[in-house]
Amino acid sequence: MLAALLIVFREVLEAGLIVGIVLAATRGIAGRGTWVAGGIVAGVLGAAVLALFAGTLSDAFAGSGQEVFNAFVLSIAVVMLGWHNIWMARHGREMAQQMEIMGAAVAAGGRSLLAMGIVVAVAVLREGAEVVLFLYGIAVSGKDTWMTLLVGGALGILGGVAVSFVLYRGLAAIPVGRLFRVTGWLIALMAAGMASQAAAFLVQADLIRSWGDAIWDTSALLSDDSLVGRALKALVGYSDRPMGVQLAVYLAVLAALVMGARLVHSAPSTPRPSIPVRPPPNPEMSGR
Amino acid sequence: MLRSGFSLLLVIPALLVAVPALAADPVKLTLKNNRFGSPAVTAPAGERLHIVVENQDETPAEFESHDLRVEKFIAPRGRITVRVGPLKPGSYKFFDDYHPDTATGTLTVVKKLATE
Repeated sequence: MLAALLIVFREVLEAGLIVGIVLAATRGIAGRGTWVAGGIVAGVLGAAVLALFAGTLSDAFAGSGQEVFNAFVLSIAVVMLGWHNIWMARHGREMAQQMEIMGAAVAAGGRSLLAMGIVVAVAVLREGAEVVLFLYGIAVSGKDTWMTLLVGGALGILGGVAVSFVLYRGLAAIPVGRLFRVTGWLIALMAAGMASQAAAFLVQADLIRSWGDAIWDTSALLSDDSLVGRALKALVGYSDRPMGVQLAVYLAVLAALVMGARLVHSAPSTPRPSIPVRPPPNPEMSGR
Repeated sequence: MLRSGFSLLLVIPALLVAVPALAADPVKLTLKNNRFGSPAVTAPAGERLHIVVENQDETPAEFESHDLRVEKFIAPRGRITVRVGPLKPGSYKFFDDYHPDTATGTLTVVKKLATE
């Protein structure tokens, strides 16, 4: 049971941290709960399908199917995060002002919510598939009964969700005026981290060069394997022994997102997009 | 200082070549009863390595190594190839993430002789 608890906790935490940031970054946008929940459901379903075809996937692309798939879904998440950040650079300030004045959810950004839903789905898909395969392995080996698996898994999920919720509450405590600037940075770092992980998968698939196997080694200081290392990997793309190409991709994506947001932000907003505001009687959203 | 300068000399020409030299033989590993058949394997430094892992069990496994930065799922009775390196001499630990208590091993990377 302990094994099930630990591995489920680990994977749920990794996906949960991403969901926590997405929730903070979409705070005050009407309908975000539906999109995030939809992303989680899609991710869980996708994880089950992925686990079912894991063997087939392995054999694809001359044995590099897993690497190519991981690089692909991570790249999608990077694009979606980038899209959201650029969108927020354009609309974030107005939204924050309206939220402060009205104290209500802003009914805008359907496409941005779709993008964030996809990010959530990708995160849940990747970690969820690992959980499914692991639990299947334990179940088949018959070491644990279904009951202990279920209890261990449930406790793991609860623990992962609890830690993610703490992160979300911490971010949600930031005043609305500053919140989107903070989440903008967090999302840029997360996107850069995902891009660098995608690069590592492409190196493993022999599709790109590594440009140096380990540029530095901080495994003695903070190992990728430790819980903090894992959390930092999910959040900001920490690696204790990064490849050269990972560093290059990380910096390039981070620079592109930060500069892109700056450019959009400083550009004169010619046709001022009017963001309709929901009428105040909406206790469900304004409470968050 | 001298060593890092030397490795830089190795890196620059390697950058220009499309694909780094691949070691002739893949490193072969088998998993049976949630253990590695031969947990200690050796490979040459400075070459791209193929590690073939065959899972002879009816349960899935996940070949993982923090030292090699690899994490790859293996289906029951499945076989995977992971590509790593070129590596520096040293020892690199690996394990099955689904059975980390029993399935562990070490890849020792040794310097190739100049005559080779």
